Amino acid sequence: MKYLLMFVSNDETTQRSEAERAAISEKIGTWWTEHSQAGRILNGEQLQGADTATTVRHDHGNVSIVDGPFIEAKEEIGGYGLIDVPNLDAAIDMARSWPWGGVVEIRPVFEMGQESQG
Amino acid sequence: MADSARLRIDATFRHEAGRLVGALTRLLGDFDIAEEAVQDALAEAVARWPAEGVPERPAAWLQTTARNRAIDRLRREARGREKLALIAADPLRDLGAVPQAEPDERLRLLFLCCHPALSADAQVALTLRAVAGLTTAEIASAFLTSESTISQRILRAKRKVAAARIPYRMPDEQLGERLPAVLAVLYLMFNEGYLSSHAGEPQRRWLQEEAEQLAELLTRLMPREPEPLGLLALMRLHLARSPARFDPAGGIVRLRDQDRSRWDTAAITRAIRLLRRAASLGRPGPYQIQAAILAVHAEAPCWEATDWPQIVALYDLLLRHDDTPVVRLNRLIAVAATAGPQAALAEAEPLRDALAGYHLYHATRAELLRALGRGPDADAADRQALRLAGNPAERALITSRLAGG
Repeated sequence: MKYLLMFVSNDETTQRSEAERAAISEKIGTWWTEHSQAGRILNGEQLQGADTATTVRHDHGNVSIVDGPFIEAKEEIGGYGLIDVPNLDAAIDMARSWPWGGVVEIRPVFEMGQESQG
Repeated sequence: MADSARLRIDATFRHEAGRLVGALTRLLGDFDIAEEAVQDALAEAVARWPAEGVPERPAAWLQTTARNRAIDRLRREARGREKLALIAADPLRDLGAVPQAEPDERLRLLFLCCHPALSADAQVALTLRAVAGLTTAEIASAFLTSESTISQRILRAKRKVAAARIPYRMPDEQLGERLPAVLAVLYLMFNEGYLSSHAGEPQRRWLQEEAEQLAELLTRLMPREPEPLGLLALMRLHLARSPARFDPAGGIVRLRDQDRSRWDTAAITRAIRLLRRAASLGRPGPYQIQAAILAVHAEAPCWEATDWPQIVALYDLLLRHDDTPVVRLNRLIAVAATAGPQAALAEAEPLRDALAGYHLYHATRAELLRALGRGPDADAADRQALRLAGNPAERALITSRLAGG
């Protein structure tokens, strides 16, 4: 079963010192390599900050282009990982051990043959 | 006849429901179909048994019917074919003889229903339906909400179980972390059986027994965890008093008026031993403390001889774990006994906003006002309680107080 892990920053993660960031980045490297080699991570990327985001909004045929992320929030998506694990508990275990901390949203990926859930 | 058939349905079905849902879920890997099929079987029993009589082997009848209804549902589904093959290969023949060594199917189901990825509301509703075999209508009446609300809640939860693939298994590592939700649901189930708002049926013993059995299984599964032991002791202390809780007409007898010689003293002793075992693990928690409060009551020869300072101290400890308006309300009776009704009444005031819709808030105030000789105010509070009470036995108690009884 595929899930998208969305790694979200919050107050705690944005207030870290350079040294702390460097130490955690190293742990992330190990975490990522380990899960990739085990076939659990299919792909994933770190994103640039929300201040670089552009939002394109469709509204009944009109298209508007706006500077910034689609929702204004303190918490912003900093990266993602597409994983393939047996079930939600396995996905939760991965999210739990994510070295960066912050918030991780887990979304199951729609699979062919699965009924639409509205 | 209709009543006795209904009782047989309760006794048979409620016990088998969770086990059947569990076995079918494991077999099909589809919780939704398993759960619906078992509910179908219940509906069929309710429709047929009163007229046709209870089958000779009711549990086997339910199993066969649930299995057939699962097959019906799978036939209607696009993806049902491979699952039909599964069910054909395994007729659930050995369902009645689950080896004792295996953790009970219902316990596994309980942990599924109480999965942290589901909302607390959904956990309770799902557990009552899948593990305890209550119908949506019964759950709705228990929580004073509409059937469509409960039905939506269950539907949404089951969709998430399937869509996000929440596994059907005993959690091995995060067992402790998932425990509070499971304990809360079990205690709710027990209380619903102990004093249900179900019209005309003040006490549903079978529901209490199911909750107690599941709690006991939990203690065997997690022998180093004190809170399941605390919950089990709490339930058993309640049960030990239940012979004295109702008068022959089905009316409620308050703790202070109960004939304590009718309490099951042997059961009380055993429950207190259980509580000591929990305490020896050195991690107090809300269920152990609530059980301790009941134990103090159980050891008192009469209401007046209760160790009230001890009960106030235990409530203060409980507030450190679980500071809720209801806990504060329950503490007031002990406060009245130690510091007087005037002090207790003053402490009731700040709870008004939170508890204005709760009948026991008004009933407690009525009791305090009456102790202060403020009869008309007490009657007004009792009338307010009466407007809010759903349980017939509780309504009768308040009515008799209003009549000066």
